[in-house]
Amino acid sequence: MAHFDLTPPISEAHVRALKINDTATLQSTLFGLRDATQIHLFDRGRRTRFDLRGHAVIHTAPNVKPVEKSAAHPAGYAPICVGTTTSDRMERFTRPLMTQYGVRIIIGKGGLREDSLAAFRELGGVYLAIIGGTAALETTWIEQIEDVDLDDLNPESLWKFRVCGFGPLLVAMDSHGGSLYDVVRNDAQARRAQVLQSLGVKPE
Amino acid sequence: MKIDYRLVEEAAKELYLRALKVLPPDVKEGFARLAAQETTPIAQRVLATMIKNISVAEDTDNLLCQDTGVPIYNVSIGTNVDIDGIALKRAIRDGCARATVEHPLRSSIVHPLTRKNDQTSCGVEVPVIHVDWSETPDTLEIEMIPKGSGSENNSFLKMAIPAEGVDAIRTFVVDCVLAAGGKTCPPTIVGVGIGGTSDLCVALAKRAATRALGTHCSDPEGTKLETELSAAVNALGVGPQGLGGDSTAFAVHVELAATHITMNPVAVNMQCHSARRARATFTPSGVAYGF
Repeated sequence: MAHFDLTPPISEAHVRALKINDTATLQSTLFGLRDATQIHLFDRGRRTRFDLRGHAVIHTAPNVKPVEKSAAHPAGYAPICVGTTTSDRMERFTRPLMTQYGVRIIIGKGGLREDSLAAFRELGGVYLAIIGGTAALETTWIEQIEDVDLDDLNPESLWKFRVCGFGPLLVAMDSHGGSLYDVVRNDAQARRAQVLQSLGVKPE
Repeated sequence: MKIDYRLVEEAAKELYLRALKVLPPDVKEGFARLAAQETTPIAQRVLATMIKNISVAEDTDNLLCQDTGVPIYNVSIGTNVDIDGIALKRAIRDGCARATVEHPLRSSIVHPLTRKNDQTSCGVEVPVIHVDWSETPDTLEIEMIPKGSGSENNSFLKMAIPAEGVDAIRTFVVDCVLAAGGKTCPPTIVGVGIGGTSDLCVALAKRAATRALGTHCSDPEGTKLETELSAAVNALGVGPQGLGGDSTAFAVHVELAATHITMNPVAVNMQCHSARRARATFTPSGVAYGF
């Protein structure tokens, strides 16, 4: 179990060095997006001006406060509470994020499924688990909202955050076919019969 | 007792903010209990981070979670309270919108077809306002629950049949917890509604999921089921965040209602670990805030 300090953009070789149960802390740049952002990018033909190649994205829609643009708030937004949403709803967007935009790291909670895992293996990517529902803590890792695109979708805009010491995050899905969620799900499913028996439920 | 609707509006605003920032003591105790019992290293780390987040939110006067949820207000009207229902609902709605605009909060509420967000946390039928009556004289209680979507998206109803018996209920609850996995932000409070009609059954599940930890079903058969199902779901090993461990649920809560001779409905609604709620109690001496 190694720890990685990551400053994107990172290369394919670099991302393939990460294995499940490793931990990682992100520095510098992190992009935020979620359901509506990706529906518009991949189902409605919109494009972003941001260069996401080698970068990390997080499944989020933050609480922000509109403020005057300044050096401290170049996008005209101050972060209030930045957290993470359930990744599973965005499963089908992993592959196009990687093939069309070159994203290498997805940060989220609750995990992604088979096609994401296959995309990570084929194209070189990882899923880093953050602890969902710990947004107050996560917000202390956000230095600034540097930029924003697709802002008509607010709060589901495409956000560019500047982060410092964002983590530690857990490598939960890697580019070698490893998924902690699969391990836990299979173990839990294997315990089902015994648990039902303990409840006195007659076998089906 | 007369009600000042300006104070209700103020309370509706205050309740939303309080609920989002400070967890009730029973939930904090629930965390301490799980952390003391947890045996898996990853799960211990996850629980420690969650517990740290509770104090960071309080220290920085920030929201516990970014999800401002679906705002739900449960109103309980005591005897001898002179109430104008329309004015009450309007005041609650206005207070909810003011919390969103003035703090500001992320408005998480959109039109279900156009997906348009009015940026007020309000929309058709939202905030959800439930009104009930109590026997306490000269008292108006408003409970506020920001229901997070990660857990709400894992809501289930099964219209089982009498021949399937209580076993259908037990099996369904176990399978819902398995299906939800890490998506609900476990450890959760698993709310189980049993009986009634389909809509009542789902409402009971929500009431169960949002009940304070340490409280029990008023029906002894329901309480028995709570105890056995709590042990069962935690034996699955889903763990906090679905990353494995003993702490899948703080508890399983059951609420029940009588049902039809041909019916055996069961519903599951889950509450994530950010089990947020706040309460305002209006009496002739003023407004008191609590959980």
